[in-house]
Amino acid sequence: MNGYPHRHLLGIEPLAAADIESILDAAESLREVLDRPIKKVPALRGKTVVNLFYESSTRTRASFEVAEKVLSADSLTITTAGSSVQKGETLLDTAKNLEAMNPDMIVVRHSASGAPHFLARHCRSAIVNAGDGAHEHPTQALLDALTLRQRKKKLRGLRVAIVGDILHSRVARSNVWLLSKMGAEVVLCGPPTLVPPGIETLAPVTYSVDEAVEGADAVMMLRIQLERMTGGYFPSVREYHTRFGLTEERVRRAKKDVLILHPGPMNRGVEIASEVADGPYSVILDQVTNGVAVRMAILYLLLGETAREVEPETAGRARKRGQS
Amino acid sequence: MDGDRLARTLARMAHEILERNPDMARVALVGVRTRGVPLARRLARSIKAAAGVEPAVGALDITLYRDDLTTIAPHPVLKGTDIPVSIDGRTVVLVDDVLYTGRTVRAALDELIDFGRPARIQLAVVVDRGHRELPIRADFVGRTVTTARQEVVQVLVREEDGEDRVLLLERVGPRRGANRAPAARKRVRS
Repeated sequence: MNGYPHRHLLGIEPLAAADIESILDAAESLREVLDRPIKKVPALRGKTVVNLFYESSTRTRASFEVAEKVLSADSLTITTAGSSVQKGETLLDTAKNLEAMNPDMIVVRHSASGAPHFLARHCRSAIVNAGDGAHEHPTQALLDALTLRQRKKKLRGLRVAIVGDILHSRVARSNVWLLSKMGAEVVLCGPPTLVPPGIETLAPVTYSVDEAVEGADAVMMLRIQLERMTGGYFPSVREYHTRFGLTEERVRRAKKDVLILHPGPMNRGVEIASEVADGPYSVILDQVTNGVAVRMAILYLLLGETAREVEPETAGRARKRGQS
Repeated sequence: MDGDRLARTLARMAHEILERNPDMARVALVGVRTRGVPLARRLARSIKAAAGVEPAVGALDITLYRDDLTTIAPHPVLKGTDIPVSIDGRTVVLVDDVLYTGRTVRAALDELIDFGRPARIQLAVVVDRGHRELPIRADFVGRTVTTARQEVVQVLVREEDGEDRVLLLERVGPRRGANRAPAARKRVRS
């Protein structure tokens, strides 16, 4: 096994199934560290990570920070509020200036699709995409996959419905790529106004939730991004809930051991009924714990990669030490 | 060392561990991954056969505590740590296959101490091959072997390698040969 042969994590689309498997395996091993009495290992001592968040975030930002601390990396978080971004500094200038302080990794969330790719072209540090516009959110897809794999043992052959605002959802896109690469069967569902044209080339689309949920092993609910709902995509929140909300009645159409996932933050009573969110099949809080494990895996795999130029002498000795 | 010899060595080590620690209920054997783990299980079985009490067995993956993590490529595969009992106040016997530079043991001690405060930690190894780089010694040694640095000691165990055997190998070719598959090495004695 070769681990993860890339310098960055920009998206799921360019990854091979084996890369995804390595990340999930590493996350599975690292998850145990969170249950230890002392939740800290020295693996990344002396490494510096900058979390650069141009969009608001609770889970993603907190779990990157926890992962960095657990692995002993030094980290700092910069959010747009209270930074020079408000004074009009460009993304590249901000990144270049931060890079002059010699970080090993920049974790970036930005409202523009492709922002992490742009940084990867211009920066020396390893870049991790923590969500770019409506494009990708790779660590979310990885933690969803880890949650599914833990409960269902494997991803191949699973029937997964992704329901909600597909149009604005980077989570949906990353998940479609990941699940298809791993051999799961994905079906997308949402109101026609919130399903982007052309997406049917990636996965089949239905406009009926009942149809999407029928026989599903897992249902991933997407958040209705109320802050982006300026275009009149549907008549009212109540109508959305009636037509597309996940209710207990609809859950009964799925397999008995169905898993319900939601990337958060939830709009209770809109895309998901409270009984479903808190029901026995809900793995929403497992997703959060797995989020830390997946981000630890990414840090662990990428920050080792930056020190690749090892002269053979040292490499040989290092290998030998393994048996002392 | 062949399979029979290895079995006799482990049986002797089990008795030595028992002699030093009569209260086996207060002892945990913790194997260092990968090969320390099956060796710890075997020692525990021998101890049970002799004393009637089976000590707890755990597994330690020291990868995250290594001092050379960023110099190894590709990254070692993580296999996870599993300590099933509280080590507070217990005697922990660390079990590994080969004691060489002592750096693995240093990492294992650091990791173990993050799990609690054992009454004491002892070290059991099947082969002590010398060349220590740290002030560390073993409490229980299967066999002490004089080796040259360019040699490699391999302990093979049934659970991982399909056979029980201890090999002393010599690297063939220049030092960078260390990166080649074990097949490129020549067996000198066993």
